[in-house]
Amino acid sequence: MAKEGLVRVSLVQQSPRLGSVEHNLARTAELLAEEAALGQHLVVFPELNLCGYFLKDLVPETAIRIDGPELAELARAAGSATAVVGAVLESRDHLFFNAAVVVGSEGVLHVHRKVYLPTYGMFDEQRYLAPGSAISTVDLSLGEGERWRVGVLVCEDLWHPSAAYLMSRRAVDLIICPSASPGRGIQGRESQLGTASVWGAMSTTYAALFTAFVAYCNRVGFEDGHYFWGGSQVHGPDGTLLSGPADDQPGVHRLELDRGLLRWARIAYPLLRDERPDLLLRQLLEEQADV
Amino acid sequence: MSDLEINPNLACHILRLFIREEVLKVGATGVVLGVSGGIDSALAFTLAVQALGAEAVVGVALPYRQSSPESLEDAQHLARSLEAELEVVDITPQIDAYFLARPTDDQNRRGNKMARERMSVLYDISQSRSLLVLGTSNKSELLLGYGTLHGDMAHALNPLGDLYKTQVYQLAHHLRLPDRLLSKRPSADLFEGQLDEDDLGFTYAQADQILYQMVDRRLPPEELTRLGFPEPVVSAVLERVRRNQFKRRPPLIAKLSARTIEIDFRYPRDWGC
Repeated sequence: MAKEGLVRVSLVQQSPRLGSVEHNLARTAELLAEEAALGQHLVVFPELNLCGYFLKDLVPETAIRIDGPELAELARAAGSATAVVGAVLESRDHLFFNAAVVVGSEGVLHVHRKVYLPTYGMFDEQRYLAPGSAISTVDLSLGEGERWRVGVLVCEDLWHPSAAYLMSRRAVDLIICPSASPGRGIQGRESQLGTASVWGAMSTTYAALFTAFVAYCNRVGFEDGHYFWGGSQVHGPDGTLLSGPADDQPGVHRLELDRGLLRWARIAYPLLRDERPDLLLRQLLEEQADV
Repeated sequence: MSDLEINPNLACHILRLFIREEVLKVGATGVVLGVSGGIDSALAFTLAVQALGAEAVVGVALPYRQSSPESLEDAQHLARSLEAELEVVDITPQIDAYFLARPTDDQNRRGNKMARERMSVLYDISQSRSLLVLGTSNKSELLLGYGTLHGDMAHALNPLGDLYKTQVYQLAHHLRLPDRLLSKRPSADLFEGQLDEDDLGFTYAQADQILYQMVDRRLPPEELTRLGFPEPVVSAVLERVRRNQFKRRPPLIAKLSARTIEIDFRYPRDWGC
């Protein structure tokens, strides 16, 4: 049994088979059951790990329902663990969302529908997907002790600091970011791609500024020539790198998060206390009125 | 440091993973590629051997009777150093038979016909041995349209398509390819003494800088001339990029139905892989 306040986390770097939910579901259920059997409390999979990323017209064909058999199968595989999985979710009115679903043995615990759908350069998400309309958090029992306040942001959501900021107003303990980030920006003598540098910088900065854990889980493999670079990593609530960045190969990266670090960081850096949401709100409203 | 300089370890690592993964995903046994004795195919050959092992890579030299003998020697030397198979298929009989019936002195027509003959042989070997055809067209050639449609531009996978010629040289130096390959001037070897840069009217070094600023940095032509690039070269490069766009796209289909291939029937190539 884990010490109180310690949470054992697994970040699973997968290379899903593009468009094959059946294959990816079986593999995800198997990996989830393995991690649960090892006593891991939280198992994070990358963005759209049940279907693959560059789906194009495969979006409706690979979509699942929130009450469908796929998530029920994962709930059965979860055992005592909680999983974060990625899928295209089809709503009652047949809108398709890029979603991260939090699943435990009791079923679906939380859903985040990606708000910011990148549609530029190599990305075309708004052509195929509907945007989510809320940033929220969920309180989860992970291991022993106090519940964790967890927020999930999918990939591009993290590039909009307002999303993480809204979570921080809810005193989020852990921001989880499942991602399908294609590598790009080979430039100069840099030993990593431009994308990898930016993701590392964002994770560090958000962890430090919002005094929360940030767990980034990126996929690996290739789709239509796009290289997914992995690099999954976890930062502590003072911005310290606790794990990773991982390499670009399939694999599971495990670590323990110590809840005590949150208390320490928030004493050392009382940024949440000193934040001025009233000022922010007043100015935003004033500027909106000016437009 | 030039804007075109890249980290060769990182680039080679990604390209090897790309070759390995795409071959495994589709269940092929390896790759086949034309090895001309030039720098591009030498780099692709080397990366493929490093990615898959020599036993999964078939190099094919496809000389015509007027091809330079040194090119074949260079290809053979490279294959020996990689401990990889090099098949030699002389395309002279079929080329001469064709032009005996339809004679021409047009070097471009003859060159294109040879490039397509080579493609035809590579695809036959590909099918007979469950191999993917590995392309060797670099980003400079693709942008400038300096290649034969359905000839050297036809392949299943192209590890070099996002590398400018200058960067191909950089990776070739990094992988310590034979000196003779590194020092010889680029040639399509369609006739004796042919040089790419004579055909194009500018050097790759010059074109690559312009292409990089124009394509990667999206600078407008007037900004390029302001930066000191000669206006006639900027115009010539831009015009080649525009005029050859058709070579980089699948053929046009007249839309009739509600769902037309390539227009609104959009599936990834790696569908189900």
